[in-house]
Amino acid sequence: MIKIKKVGIPRALLYYYYFPLWNEFFTRLGCEVVLSPETNKAILDQGIKSTLSEVCLPVKVYFGHAAYLAGRVDYLFVPRITRVEAKEYICPKFMGIPDMLRARINKLPPLIDTTVDAGKEGNPVQCWADCLREAGKSLTADRKLIEDALDAALEAQEFFWKRLNSGLILPDAIKGIGNPEIPLYSHSKHLRIGLIGHPYNIYDPYISMNLIKKLRQLGALVVTPESLAADEIEEEAASLSKRLFWTLGKRMIGSAFRFINSQKLDGVIYLTSFGCGPEALVEELVARIAKQQNMPLMMLTIDEHTGEAGINTRLEAFTEMIVWRKKYAHHIPPYGESVHCR
Amino acid sequence: MRITYPHMGNLYIVVRALLLSLGLDVVLPPPTTRRTVELGVRHSPEFACFPFKLNLGNYLEAQENGADTILMAGGVGPCRFGYYAQVQQRILSDLGVDMEMVVLEPPDVSFQEVKDKIRYLVGDLSWWQIFKAVRFAWCKARAVDKVEERLLKLRPRVADPLLLEKLYREALQEIDGAPDRRTVQRVVVDYQQKTGKLKKRHNKPLRIGLVGEIFTVLEPFANYEIEKRLGLLGVEVNRSIWLSVWINEHLFGGLLRVKHQSVHDKDLASPYLNSFVGGHGVETVGCTVGFARRDYDGVIQLAPLTCMPEIVAHSVFPALAKDYDIPLLTFYLDEHSGEAGIQTRLEAFLDLAAARSSKKTCYEKSID
Repeated sequence: MIKIKKVGIPRALLYYYYFPLWNEFFTRLGCEVVLSPETNKAILDQGIKSTLSEVCLPVKVYFGHAAYLAGRVDYLFVPRITRVEAKEYICPKFMGIPDMLRARINKLPPLIDTTVDAGKEGNPVQCWADCLREAGKSLTADRKLIEDALDAALEAQEFFWKRLNSGLILPDAIKGIGNPEIPLYSHSKHLRIGLIGHPYNIYDPYISMNLIKKLRQLGALVVTPESLAADEIEEEAASLSKRLFWTLGKRMIGSAFRFINSQKLDGVIYLTSFGCGPEALVEELVARIAKQQNMPLMMLTIDEHTGEAGINTRLEAFTEMIVWRKKYAHHIPPYGESVHCR
Repeated sequence: MRITYPHMGNLYIVVRALLLSLGLDVVLPPPTTRRTVELGVRHSPEFACFPFKLNLGNYLEAQENGADTILMAGGVGPCRFGYYAQVQQRILSDLGVDMEMVVLEPPDVSFQEVKDKIRYLVGDLSWWQIFKAVRFAWCKARAVDKVEERLLKLRPRVADPLLLEKLYREALQEIDGAPDRRTVQRVVVDYQQKTGKLKKRHNKPLRIGLVGEIFTVLEPFANYEIEKRLGLLGVEVNRSIWLSVWINEHLFGGLLRVKHQSVHDKDLASPYLNSFVGGHGVETVGCTVGFARRDYDGVIQLAPLTCMPEIVAHSVFPALAKDYDIPLLTFYLDEHSGEAGIQTRLEAFLDLAAARSSKKTCYEKSID
């Protein structure tokens, strides 16, 4: 009997963008894809235990997921992600993560740590194709099989991006549940709130403490960067004096500009993790633009110590302030000051 | 145009030599003090790294002294430094501070742009004159490194380290004021003779390697004078980053032949860290291995709080420590660091390193 190889994929970091691609690829190669469960306390604790206290929360979570999978799979897929778009980095930690895992987690299964690097001229599709082709070689010698799997995987990913652009919120798009489509800017009486943040923070219900659900319960429609098309983000980010060379940073600032400048939203919430390097600078620019444009903005910083009650109170206060502003201020801020929370 | 630039250790001497010989009017920011930190921290993003805050403080203090133009470097790597200038510019303009910022991006982004910016700064100086200015600045960079290297080597060995320190300060001042290359070289020779005559102690100091992010390694204010602290505790310090080596590697593309171990040590980072991670992450890991192989008694890593490349380097340390059995200590620095805490941690670290080192010699003797 042939034993089916198990490939583990941690449900963290860029899983939120590329899971359809990875899943389809390894499945087509004849492997069983083992996805770690949704983040929970045990996983987070394991992550905190196995890594440095200085790394940011999402990386700690990633370590937790990797450690969870370590004893359960034959291979662990942890690509070294350098650049997914030409001339743009993500974060040094993404580039070092396979080495960090090796140094800190015992008894790891063999890592599939092929590099994703779009270099100076590559594109988002080709860099992943190169990475997966390399990855495939460590699992099978059948070139044809790899190419077929790759085609199918890229198609699955394309389909996923389309679903996102149609207005599905990311977790729903990833699950493949046929939700009714939520229009980007509806004209209902709901509050419309833009939620900005890295995908692995805002869509991980455990570390974001169900932020999206909470906002919906408070009567808000939530719009995230993922509902904007790539060229919209590109267009907005181009207004910066120097091109931003961090992929996620660019997404954040591009969508923040769109959310703020369109003036169709009632407020913006910016979720970052404590100690996130690029965000330290990007959020500063966003905060300054929001202030200039009179857009209510709340910065939420999360780490492993976050108390849920604190978040709840701040969300309630923020949404209430916006409601008041809509009701009484008629968009003319009282006393010449914006309803601005930081 | 009255031009200024942020501080980083003794870099000011080199840049001043360059700009003055290009015929520019230089306003140096006052030496970094608590006030600089307070000014910088007040107006910087909370989680920006320490160098960002100190830079901003430097600009504001230089502006008080009449500077109106800032010369700053850029970059397009994974490290945050590349976007410093743009955010700082925005903060300054929101503060109503009217300063122009000239950002020198690395030539591989756009060579023409670099050329235009240099032209904008220096007017119609000939390329030969620019070359001469660069050569003069380079001469000072080498001189500064030579006197520093000697200071680090001698500090644990002389009877009166404070006298040595005084000679060092004087030498730096003379290098800074030297009008031509010959004077610079004479200052270095004089300094070496004078320090050679100092009364020595007969001891075998511990040897500690200093690695980490360039700013925190080179700027004594940012690292709470760690080299001096170590030296006074009787430790010979060597470090992974030297100004002239760095200038040669990054600005001259390794054109000049400056022999230095740190250049080769970089390649030792693999298998612990197999990819470039921006900043000085790879250098940190590689040089730590280098120091371990040269049988140093310990390595200290310095980094600004939340520095991403250094966090990656720090993360792979366990694998390295397992193979080389060398004591490692990491300091994350920001404006809140308490000096007493740093001193205590250093003393404890050195005690352990010394105990281990003497144990090792006993062990080796017993083998004989």
